[in-house]
Amino acid sequence: MKILVAIKQVAILDDEFEMLDDGRDVDHDFCDYEINEWDDYSLEEALLIKERSNSESEVVVLTVGPEQSEDELRKCLAKGADRGIRVWDDAIEGSDQVAIARIIACVVEKEAPDMVFLGVQASDHAFAQTGMTVAAMLGWPHAAVVSSLDYNSGDNHATLKRELEAGLEEEIAIDCPAVLSIQLGINEPRYASLRGIKQAAAKPVEDLSHTDLGLNDNDVGEAGSVSRIRKMYIPERGHAELIEGTSAEQAKRLAEIIKEFRGV
Amino acid sequence: MSGILVIAEHRQGEIRPATFELVTAATGLKEQSDGTVMVAVIGKEPDRYVEDLGVRGVDEIITVQVDQDEFQPDIYEACVRGLIEDKKPSLVLIPHSVDAWGYAPALGAGGEYGFSTDVFGIRYEDGELVATRAAYKEKVYMDVDFPGKETIALTVRGGVFKPEEEKAEPTVSSFNCPEVQARSQHKQFIEPEDTGDIDITQSEFLLSIGRGISEESNVEQFEELADAVGATLGCSRPIADSGWLPKSRQVGQSGKTVSNCKLYIAMGISGSVQHQAGMKHVENIIAVNTDPEASIFSIAKYGIVADIFDIAEELPGHFE
Repeated sequence: MKILVAIKQVAILDDEFEMLDDGRDVDHDFCDYEINEWDDYSLEEALLIKERSNSESEVVVLTVGPEQSEDELRKCLAKGADRGIRVWDDAIEGSDQVAIARIIACVVEKEAPDMVFLGVQASDHAFAQTGMTVAAMLGWPHAAVVSSLDYNSGDNHATLKRELEAGLEEEIAIDCPAVLSIQLGINEPRYASLRGIKQAAAKPVEDLSHTDLGLNDNDVGEAGSVSRIRKMYIPERGHAELIEGTSAEQAKRLAEIIKEFRGV
Repeated sequence: MSGILVIAEHRQGEIRPATFELVTAATGLKEQSDGTVMVAVIGKEPDRYVEDLGVRGVDEIITVQVDQDEFQPDIYEACVRGLIEDKKPSLVLIPHSVDAWGYAPALGAGGEYGFSTDVFGIRYEDGELVATRAAYKEKVYMDVDFPGKETIALTVRGGVFKPEEEKAEPTVSSFNCPEVQARSQHKQFIEPEDTGDIDITQSEFLLSIGRGISEESNVEQFEELADAVGATLGCSRPIADSGWLPKSRQVGQSGKTVSNCKLYIAMGISGSVQHQAGMKHVENIIAVNTDPEASIFSIAKYGIVADIFDIAEELPGHFE
């Protein structure tokens, strides 16, 4: 049994940041990087299934990103994933979610896993799009925003809950293999052990380019996309009236506002 | 390619309000899209929704009869693709909802339509559609365009456009769903558990805590603080996911919308879109956060850039 987990290294903006000269993204010098929060949960879900399995099973982590994103793959390997795949080359730069999904779908076809997990969304661009686009390209059954999953290695069906709005959930049955987008809170992601971190360094990470996957230049980058970021900017919008001073002064003013509101 | 196709959303027999927000968005773009506003409703007995969907701005309601009333992604994708091919709209609007996350991205997968999500601004520039959305935890906005695409499908953020309420009587037609095999089956809806906890949607004054409280052992301090100032304690998602407070205390898209709240103090909450969905309507929002750029400050009336623990320590003394 094999589960493929696609992850993303996301950018976190510094308090102060500047835009790139072309005005289409934030200057990467003003970013920190980490694994997308949702991906911790999809990896954990895959590891739990692997650990329950009686048969030989494998968790493969995949990312589409530049060299530095290997850090996140290594963190997943440290937690227990078996091997990593990283796809990147210059032509992939400028890809939208559809072009990225095309690359992921190609890897899925090559790897032929029993399940594919992705996070519901990435915390940086928050499109909530890639997972279900991958499913559509593969023609696989799919479900979004999975908050509970009943699936064991070798099953042809899974039963799962989708988290809807306002606390409502929906239980569905789905044919497998399937592509699922995993929601926060579905499990409690583990931390890597020291032993795991040491072992991770020795686990294989395969680097691939789009041509290794049989894709043409037109399938990736802007040519392979259905949308394009025209510009990115800091919006002009309302800002709270700041209560200045020491914390004692700030608390005093806050207390006044509360008392005024309560009419006491 | 002309006209705007809105895909209605319904659940448990009710049209969801986001549908009427999309009608407003579509009406505003009607002239530039050079055509009519069509609203399609997909369901087992779609005619039952026609009366509710009859609002100002809608030119045509299209009913699509399918085997089940509950959302199913394969069915929705097939119907919407069929509708696009038949009606040839230049723009398709879909709520940015959990159900839409389940099928709308498939519309972008084929490469023939432009596609983007969580859009809150739509305009035409020199005849070309430009959509605005946010990134990096709402700290920046991005304008997205769709070079060479004649049909563009967008999911639209909730709570941005005012829902159209004025009744009207559009024409009604029906459309046959293309043949499709559903590969997942709806079993049941599961209502949130009634824990007997207080209903935070009834409260006029909430004090909510988020990731900034750092550790479970700190929850008690804020419970006492809420008590001291006379507020109901609420929280953001990470606190409920960690089990530090019950799910019934969670404010936001997947939690509660605090509809009666008039004063909301957000402590250590950065203000994700999902959290804002449950509270941004509140008239008086006060945010306490160490990050002066946290998006919560863009919707708050008052902001305090400070350590929440310092404020939590100082505040109770004023209520003794």
